Amino acid sequence: MSDNSKEVEATKELATSAGSYSDHEYELGLRVVNEDAIADPGLEPHRVRMTDKSVKHEKAAVRQVALLFTLSMLGSAFALWAYFSFPLSEDLSTVRLNTMYLGIGMTLGLMGIGIGAVHWAKTLMPDNEVSEERHLVRGSDEKRAAAIEILAAANQESGFTRRKLIRRTLYGSLALFPLPGIILLADLGPNPGDSLRHTYWKKGTRLAKDPTGIEIKASDVTLGSVFQVIPAGLNPEQHDYLEEKAKAAVLLVRVDPSELKETDERKSWSYQGIVAYSKICTHVGCPVALYEQHTHHLLCPCHQSTFDLVDGCKVIFGPAARPLPQLPITVDSEGYLVAQSDFLEPVGPSFWDRSVK
Amino acid sequence: MSTTQTKPQKNSFLAGTANYVDERVGASGILKEFGRKIFPDHWSFMLGEVAMYSFFVLLLSGTFLTFFFDPSMTMVKYDGVYAPLKEAIMSKAYDSSLYITFEVRGGLLMRQVHHWSALLFVAAAGLHMLRVFFTGAFRKPRELNWVVGFVLFVLAMAGGFTGYSLPDDLLSGNGLRIIDGMIKGVPFIGTGISSLLFGGEFPGHVVIGRLYSLHIMLIPALILVFLALHLFMLIIHKHTHFSGPGRKDTNIVGYPLMPVYVAKAGGFFFIVFGVIMVISTFFTINPIWNYGGYDPSPVSAGTQPDWYIGWLDGALRLAPTGMEFMIGEYTVSMNILLPLTISLLFLALVAIYPFIENWVTGDKREHHMLDRPRNAPTRTAIGAAGVMFYAVLWAGASTDLIATHFKMNLNQVLVTMQISLLVLPVVAFIVTKRICLALQRKDKEVAIHGRESGRIVRLPHGEYIEVHEPLDEYELYKLVDFKDYQPTLARPNAEGKITVGARVRSSLSRFYFQDRITPATKTEIEQARHHAHELEAQVQKAIESDK
Repeated sequence: MSDNSKEVEATKELATSAGSYSDHEYELGLRVVNEDAIADPGLEPHRVRMTDKSVKHEKAAVRQVALLFTLSMLGSAFALWAYFSFPLSEDLSTVRLNTMYLGIGMTLGLMGIGIGAVHWAKTLMPDNEVSEERHLVRGSDEKRAAAIEILAAANQESGFTRRKLIRRTLYGSLALFPLPGIILLADLGPNPGDSLRHTYWKKGTRLAKDPTGIEIKASDVTLGSVFQVIPAGLNPEQHDYLEEKAKAAVLLVRVDPSELKETDERKSWSYQGIVAYSKICTHVGCPVALYEQHTHHLLCPCHQSTFDLVDGCKVIFGPAARPLPQLPITVDSEGYLVAQSDFLEPVGPSFWDRSVK
Repeated sequence: MSTTQTKPQKNSFLAGTANYVDERVGASGILKEFGRKIFPDHWSFMLGEVAMYSFFVLLLSGTFLTFFFDPSMTMVKYDGVYAPLKEAIMSKAYDSSLYITFEVRGGLLMRQVHHWSALLFVAAAGLHMLRVFFTGAFRKPRELNWVVGFVLFVLAMAGGFTGYSLPDDLLSGNGLRIIDGMIKGVPFIGTGISSLLFGGEFPGHVVIGRLYSLHIMLIPALILVFLALHLFMLIIHKHTHFSGPGRKDTNIVGYPLMPVYVAKAGGFFFIVFGVIMVISTFFTINPIWNYGGYDPSPVSAGTQPDWYIGWLDGALRLAPTGMEFMIGEYTVSMNILLPLTISLLFLALVAIYPFIENWVTGDKREHHMLDRPRNAPTRTAIGAAGVMFYAVLWAGASTDLIATHFKMNLNQVLVTMQISLLVLPVVAFIVTKRICLALQRKDKEVAIHGRESGRIVRLPHGEYIEVHEPLDEYELYKLVDFKDYQPTLARPNAEGKITVGARVRSSLSRFYFQDRITPATKTEIEQARHHAHELEAQVQKAIESDK
């Protein structure tokens, strides 16, 4: 206690003496030095706590801290008990109970220590602030001179600046040595080639329901209905199932043919008002999964790009720029919906050379 | 209380250990150097601590999760206890995440501890950055430590995102899909980079394993290195303290490391851990079993990233329609490049801000005293504008939820956000600056005239006045202790030319300091006190004559 009050006195002295830097002055820049500034009164006097003044309060604080630590012990013991008493089973409520009782025990175990330690520090450890001098971060002039001397000696001994040839070839080698390391990364993935331009769809591929794989007949598609579609034959067991599905997913909708605004070129791409569009957003590739029946709008739930299904899936809102690609469809002799061909343009997010033939 | 250790140490084991350690690693020297190091106290200094402790909790809980998690994208048929997904085909990553959740005792708890502490880690780091910014703690000599902290913040986001993707559930898979789409939008190299990341076409069979390597090795190692650097510089610089009586740029006022800070900071680790634990006990986070495994076709409405990625997602959403254009045969996806550029520019500005301010003020002294935000009005206003910019982007990631929750038109919400992104930061700047200046004026008024006492007195000539009581010297000093800068003119250099740099600096200095409030001076206060004494004399006279 007496030590600390001495320190406070020392601080006051330090605070009232003009505080300038020890051996270096820096530029002030635009700073205004106020000659008429109010003097620093020094540190505020220390306020004595109840625990400093009264033995009763001190003892109470000691008991509280010990109680909190005891609570922590009980909490940890409780957590151990809970681990064994709430095993997991097929019944999912056991997960809830296990998580809850284990968590309560561990929380108590942690919080008891935490609050106890802080309470100890705040009530029983000295709470008078002390002051220490700072030193400039830069080294003193002698230190800097010594450092420069070392650098100069190292330079002299190695001939780093003198021997230009060595230095420059060293720079060259240092610049080149990481390159093999970088090129090693090239095998992380194959050259994309034209994989982004083709999907699983080809002429005659039947349209099937996702995820059951049941092929769809044109007569199954009633007016206003929506189907999540994958190409028939795309099998979840196959190795590249997800990659193919990520390009081939299609949304199938039947609307009143009179509502469809089709260009002459695309007139034959639909079948009695049934249209099929790529489900992969032309923005960044989320599935365009929300269909609003009465407006015929398709909405991407990721970034809200909105496409007008009856008008060639043109973008009517949101960050996407291009219409969703349309899959030309027709029916085969058995009445099943089939693709006339693959998509005629790359599906999914834009990329730099997507339009290059 | 502080003299509890008067009895001689009975515990020779402790003394023996201490001696053993000292003779091998020189521990006494370390303890002598650091044991009584002073740390200033302020609640806002805890934010960085919260971030660091959350990171420790991440390391602990994450290690537990690695024991059970299998980062493989090999497809398996689910055969666990969670009935709704029975027989579903899913990756081993998702399967093992379900296993941790439903079949490892405390597994769900640890998953939630890991996720909540990640959310807290980024939040606390962000708030800590704001504290450092608004108090000017980034000034010389701490500019480089600001940059280190900035790198930590970016690493925290990267760690968060890579971890978020690991369970390979539907939600996080769509997050990866968005990353893929963004990468593909980059000219020339986009498709190539995407192929390298995913090992071929999206989603491929390797990305989870690769993200796992980054998530459990590279990113935490980098965070540890930068954290060590951050703390090393903290020790070199010593902590900052707020301006006030007895506090100067040449001293540090606070409590000693041992015992007070060891107890407070050590205890605080347990409190942070405990708070994370209680949240994880009672609040579900990332219920992956509800989403199902990743499949490129379905998606749930109202998809949201974790909060710290929200601003980037918002930036993507706010891009206006039809920004993509063609150069010849090539597609330029400005709807992706513009948000990407803006986000990177914003981050770059955050990283270099200390150097800009230092260049404008030209104040090359060391700054160890923190500003109250009001005492640096322009900086505070810039910060508020930045926060607003971030906040609008962030809210932009929830346009759909805002529209559905408040029954508003989605399109109008988005357009409002787009306009807000341009307008609100400016509004925030102006309003914040005015508030700061008003607070400074009020401070100055209180410093000069004292505080209102509530005593209304009528003078003999009929005037009513309220008597002001002078502040005590400590309170007064708190109000006047701040640094004052004035704008500068563009001055010619040695060759007699006024350079562009000098002009820019001069106009920036005007932007920063043109309307400034100077601290109250001794003369002003003495004059006011003199005036107050005269008034008091009049009041006394009036009271006398009343009697």
